[in-house]
Amino acid sequence: MNNDAVKKITFRVQRFDPEKDRKPHFQEFTVPVKRGTTVMEGLLYIKENLDSSLAFRTSCRMGVCGSCGMLINEYPHLACHTQVEEFHSDKLTLKPLPNMAIIKDLVPKLDTLFEHHKSVKPYIIREDKEEMEKPTAGYLQKPQQLDEYLQFTYCIKCGLCIAACPTSASDKAFLGPQALGQAYRYCADSRDEGQDFRYAIVEKDHAVWNCHFAAACSEACPKGVDPALGIQLLRKGVAAKALGIKKTAAPATLATPPALAKPKIDVPEFTVEPK
Amino acid sequence: MADKGPHQNYLGMWGWVWGGNYKLERYLYLLHRITGLGLLLFGLFHLTVTTIFRVQGEAIWSSTISFLDNPLFRVGEFLVVAAFSYHALNGLRLIIQELGFALGKPVPPIYPFTDAIRRKRAWTLVTLAAIMVLAVAFFIDFTVRGWG
Ligand code: HEM
Ligand code: SF4
Ligand code: FES
Repeated sequence: MNNDAVKKITFRVQRFDPEKDRKPHFQEFTVPVKRGTTVMEGLLYIKENLDSSLAFRTSCRMGVCGSCGMLINEYPHLACHTQVEEFHSDKLTLKPLPNMAIIKDLVPKLDTLFEHHKSVKPYIIREDKEEMEKPTAGYLQKPQQLDEYLQFTYCIKCGLCIAACPTSASDKAFLGPQALGQAYRYCADSRDEGQDFRYAIVEKDHAVWNCHFAAACSEACPKGVDPALGIQLLRKGVAAKALGIKKTAAPATLATPPALAKPKIDVPEFTVEPK
Repeated sequence: MADKGPHQNYLGMWGWVWGGNYKLERYLYLLHRITGLGLLLFGLFHLTVTTIFRVQGEAIWSSTISFLDNPLFRVGEFLVVAAFSYHALNGLRLIIQELGFALGKPVPPIYPFTDAIRRKRAWTLVTLAAIMVLAVAFFIDFTVRGWG
């Protein structure tokens, strides 16, 4: 294909206006695309030239913010991260992510995702409250300890995994692959001491034991997070703890506060006194 | 009148059935559920036949048996064995992997991304095939050819 050749593609977009419509319907637009045109660029073309009332979310346009998740030909993708060419088709069907409500057109209501995410305490918890409030230094961590959870830190809260999950499809209260994956991410962090709090949350109903491992979440995830692996490893921890055979390493220790650490090389003194 | 609020968009039970473009494991999940429910149905049917119909005397029992002795129920019986074999093997895999074993360790997400269940897929399938071959050999040796 010539790099500059323009081709006309039909975007079949699901529309829903809460002010007017009882239920969603489809509308077709013809969009010129070139090699490399993303689905998001097609949507922006429609908004700028054909119908300014079309609603969708976008912010970073580079697969980082997690705003633009939608179903493209019935599969969850980030619209900004997906090129029209990938589908080898003259027609693309765009729908909002399922397993959450629709606010308007392609804009899903992500509130439940964020509530579930917050409910698993997605932050480092330490018993030393004083140090948490007024940190004096960082915690020491080996590269191998970082590898235990690094993969799961890449989550951008886009909700594609929830759209792919058959349990989320029928159980609104299910915490979902995103939140459960993050529960594992913090429990596996050697700096964290909040495992017991999180286990108490995820061993309840609608949580870790409701996963049936269809692993569709890990397939759909655009950031390679593998939430399904996180869930099974979380389950291993919860089960081991219930059986009393869970090994828990001592939490990471504090690094020497920077003021006390001696530089390895000679660093010149400040010539201007800091205020 | 429009409902003037967000529109519910949960796939519900259709979300269990519809596997779309997802890969093998998504369909194994569906088949596990179907065979599980099928086995449950067969169990109820089997218990009904062997209790309610049996306790009513020999006449009713033999007419039930002759009614069931036709190709349709033979195919059904074959399906029950197939469903049980699948459900038991896949169930074994699920028990192991759903407790976090045989999945390996997390890897840094470097493009193109992979996931644990698919990195281990070949090993998993080979192990299950080996178990099945052993089970069939065991069955033929001890049941068909007799215990002696
Ligand atoms: C060796 C025999 C069996 C094994 C190893 C086994 C294993 C399993 C496992 C591990 C699950 C949970 C799967 C998941 O996480 O989704 C399951 C679900 C289920 N099983 Fe079995 N099972 C066996 C026999 C049976 C029998 C005989 C029946 C019928 C009465 C049955 C009916 C079901 C049903 C209805 C489900 C629920 C399906 C679902 O939630 O998707 N199973 N089985
Ligand atoms: S786990 Fe992946 S698919 Fe799910 S919200 Fe995070 S980045 Fe998106
Ligand atoms: S616009 Fe930010 S991920 Fe697509």
